[in-house]
Amino acid sequence: MSSAALKEPPLPRQELESAVVRFAGDSGDGMQLTGSQFTQSAALAGNDLATFPDFPAEIRAPLGTTFGVSAFQINFGSGEIKTSGDALDMLVAMNPAALKVELNGLRAGGIVVVDQGSFTDRNLRKAGFDANPLNDGSLDKYRVIEIDISRLTMEAVAEFGLSKKDGLRCKNIWTLGLVYWMYERDRQPTVDWLKSKFAKRPDIADSNIAALNAGHAFAETAELPEGVTGFHVRPAEITPGLYRTVTGGHALAWGLVAGAKLAGLPLFLGSYPITPASPLLHILAGLKEYGVTTFQAEDEIAAVCSAIGASYAGSLGVTSSSGPGIALKGEAIGLAVGTELPLIVVNSQRAGPSTGLPTKTEQSDLFQAVYGRNADSPVVVLASRSPSDCFDVAIEAVRLATKYMTPVILLTDGYIANAAEPWRIPDFSAREEFPVRFRTDPEGFQPFARDEETLARVWAIPGTPGLEHRIGGIERDYDTGHISYDAANHQRMTDVRRAKIDGIAKDIPLQEVDQGRAEAALVVVGWGSTYGPINRAVSHLIGEGYDVAHVHLRHIWPLPDNLGELLKGFDRVLIPEMNTGQLSVVLRSQYLVDAEGLNKVSGQPFKISEIEQAIRDRLGG
Amino acid sequence: MNVVKNPEALSPKDYATDQEVRWCPGCGDYAILKAMQKTMAEMRAPPEKTVFVSGIGCSSRFPYYMATYGFHTIHGRAPAFATGIKLANPDLDVWVITGDGDGLSIGGNHLYHALRRNVDLQIILFNNEIYGLTKGQYSPTSRRGTKSPSTPAGSIDNPVGVGSFALGCGAGFVARSIDTTMKHLAEVFRRARGHHGTSFVEIYQNCIVYNDDVFDSFTNRKAAADMQLLLEHGKPLIYGKDRNRGIRMKLGSVGLEAVTIGENGVGEDDLVVHDERNRDLALLLASMQTPDMPVALGVLYCQPGPTYEVLAREQMDEAVAARPGANIEGLLRQGYTWTVQN
Repeated sequence: MSSAALKEPPLPRQELESAVVRFAGDSGDGMQLTGSQFTQSAALAGNDLATFPDFPAEIRAPLGTTFGVSAFQINFGSGEIKTSGDALDMLVAMNPAALKVELNGLRAGGIVVVDQGSFTDRNLRKAGFDANPLNDGSLDKYRVIEIDISRLTMEAVAEFGLSKKDGLRCKNIWTLGLVYWMYERDRQPTVDWLKSKFAKRPDIADSNIAALNAGHAFAETAELPEGVTGFHVRPAEITPGLYRTVTGGHALAWGLVAGAKLAGLPLFLGSYPITPASPLLHILAGLKEYGVTTFQAEDEIAAVCSAIGASYAGSLGVTSSSGPGIALKGEAIGLAVGTELPLIVVNSQRAGPSTGLPTKTEQSDLFQAVYGRNADSPVVVLASRSPSDCFDVAIEAVRLATKYMTPVILLTDGYIANAAEPWRIPDFSAREEFPVRFRTDPEGFQPFARDEETLARVWAIPGTPGLEHRIGGIERDYDTGHISYDAANHQRMTDVRRAKIDGIAKDIPLQEVDQGRAEAALVVVGWGSTYGPINRAVSHLIGEGYDVAHVHLRHIWPLPDNLGELLKGFDRVLIPEMNTGQLSVVLRSQYLVDAEGLNKVSGQPFKISEIEQAIRDRLGG
Repeated sequence: MNVVKNPEALSPKDYATDQEVRWCPGCGDYAILKAMQKTMAEMRAPPEKTVFVSGIGCSSRFPYYMATYGFHTIHGRAPAFATGIKLANPDLDVWVITGDGDGLSIGGNHLYHALRRNVDLQIILFNNEIYGLTKGQYSPTSRRGTKSPSTPAGSIDNPVGVGSFALGCGAGFVARSIDTTMKHLAEVFRRARGHHGTSFVEIYQNCIVYNDDVFDSFTNRKAAADMQLLLEHGKPLIYGKDRNRGIRMKLGSVGLEAVTIGENGVGEDDLVVHDERNRDLALLLASMQTPDMPVALGVLYCQPGPTYEVLAREQMDEAVAARPGANIEGLLRQGYTWTVQN
């Protein structure tokens, strides 16, 4: 008689529309890898999804401490997702510190998986527990799956002869196997990935695969606690096409490469490492075969200056940083405004001021982008709303920078840079090219001669015979480009620099209403990464019959031509922002519209429920 | 109006713009400008491939007066702009014009890293030991005790030794000259341009308004011969109006000393022979100061090495060769993809 015949018939899997799972452990526990593998499995199962990697600033904080907890959250389901989820359905806590930090995110009745083996007195003390929460009833309102993962992992990898340290490093993959079973996920892609990642260490690959299978088998055969079954999350209804998952960092890098290609220019990135902006430097450094030059400069200032130098010499100059680094670049951006050279400045925003919370997200650099330079120095400001949106926004940044000979600041944030979502791969061959034409004719050449329509000056690059000229930070004569201290000329140049940027409003799409009626009782206006929670909240409430709409801005400066009229059509304007009200100030000053802020600066994204509540508070019900 | 000229027939004035030169009358910068225009013509430097990049300060107005491409940037950052220009187009001949304040104070960091990286640039530092454009404050090369508007009781910080700094940063080419020595200056410019890598040239430049005659101890006509050591590769270190002064290694110690040939048994064979490739010697030469020693002028050090922009191009070429036909469509499809059917 086979052992399978002895088993109870398996409990039917519970159908779920969506689930939010958070993996949490020490920053060395491999939680980000575990999360990204789980993300891939959800994508391959056809779910819509959104992720939120949430890690500490310290690379390896002392083991077992609460400030060393690293987490990865994923929300996946059969409907539209768009956020990493408000409350957790399942928390995987690899140690007491992770439980301590993350437990309050778990909904009542949610599942918590804990590694019993890590709940030693020492670890409990380090996490700040007076009593063992596994024994004192404090987890009663949750469903607890208590397993000695450490011991079971060591047993699973015993045959490979690893040291205890190396063996225990497979704990995360054991746990992943368990969670795969819970959500009915295919292990094979992770097996393939382990084989390729550890191609040079087959013993490590094999032990991880053994751990993955052991975790999976444990869930399948072990008696789970009362009321806990496996789950079934159906595939989402997704537009047919070829898909991949993409992080904001990748989409942005690829968008810049694609934009440079459409403009017919080599891409040059000058950058200095800073959290959370460094992924762009890392990714572009690996794309040399696309004609990308990356330069890790000695500081933020040299980074932007080298990019401006590259633009001056005929490349597309890009620099990338986060708020504190952008502050250092301010003077140089002013030079690019004055000399009217194309430049893209990517700001992966983080919580501030100063160093602030480097790994936590915020969108508090809008003022800095729009106004943050000395003198009247207008630039274009764009904001991406999601990881995949970075691709299109980057292309738009290149188009505007080269067509209008201007710096463009592209705002993204730490959440978007690291978060991943499924992306239907666009048909790049269908994109319209916008090739740059350098000036080559010496006849009648003046370096600041402008296109009548765009007001952009000519782009004349060194190496072109007969166009030798000098440019610089001193005010330039409107006609000749020579240095000029003339008062009327300065007025005229200031006016034309402003008119050039203002005029871009005619060259960008009119603002559309994302959801809801154009003259609804309340419009929620957002920009950047608040897109997901606003989209979901408005969708839910429209479903409940609320007269609410969503408008989301990509073009922050100049604003779309019709935005003022559009906003005046709504009775009330609510602006959720992860700052103290910066877009509110801009819209109020531009349109005298009575915009009201909904502001949050906790380093965490908005929850859908927070936005829903704010809408309910204003519309009643 | 710009006109394309026959490069075989260029004269110094073809490198001069029609802009009125706005340095103070008697400023050493005029002589440097003349020497540069002369050298450019002699070298038949194609104006369209030549770029002068500067920061802020009196010296940094220089690009406006050269009929080449020019970029007057922001304070201290010219080496960073120049690095971007050279990386974007390695065919360009890129010159950085800076001063002691621009290059060694606000821009010290960028100068250091440009020298370390060995980007093929010529960096010409006009050292007048004072801030001119902001009206006379002391600079990082001012000697201790310099009285200035910001140091009425005399400056109390130690000056930086410019040549030693450059060598310490890892510069592969370090030379020195004086604003008024047209012939010597032109030769140093020619050498700097010929060197592949970052060529660093310090020019002792007299600020007639705020720091007049600060280099008088070795630049005045009477002192020049006895206080200037003109370096020539492979030649013994001899100077002096009677050509009887020389430099030898200190016996039983590390260092150089000035000696008189024919006195105390010193012969020409005892003198150090200049070797541009010897960095230790260059460091010793760079730190010689009046009145005990002459000031070393000319090429102190020249050691060609791989240049940054060439290495960067090589890496790009290797990547292209390794992945022929790389295109955006393929890039977007790298890694796991899946198809959602109707």
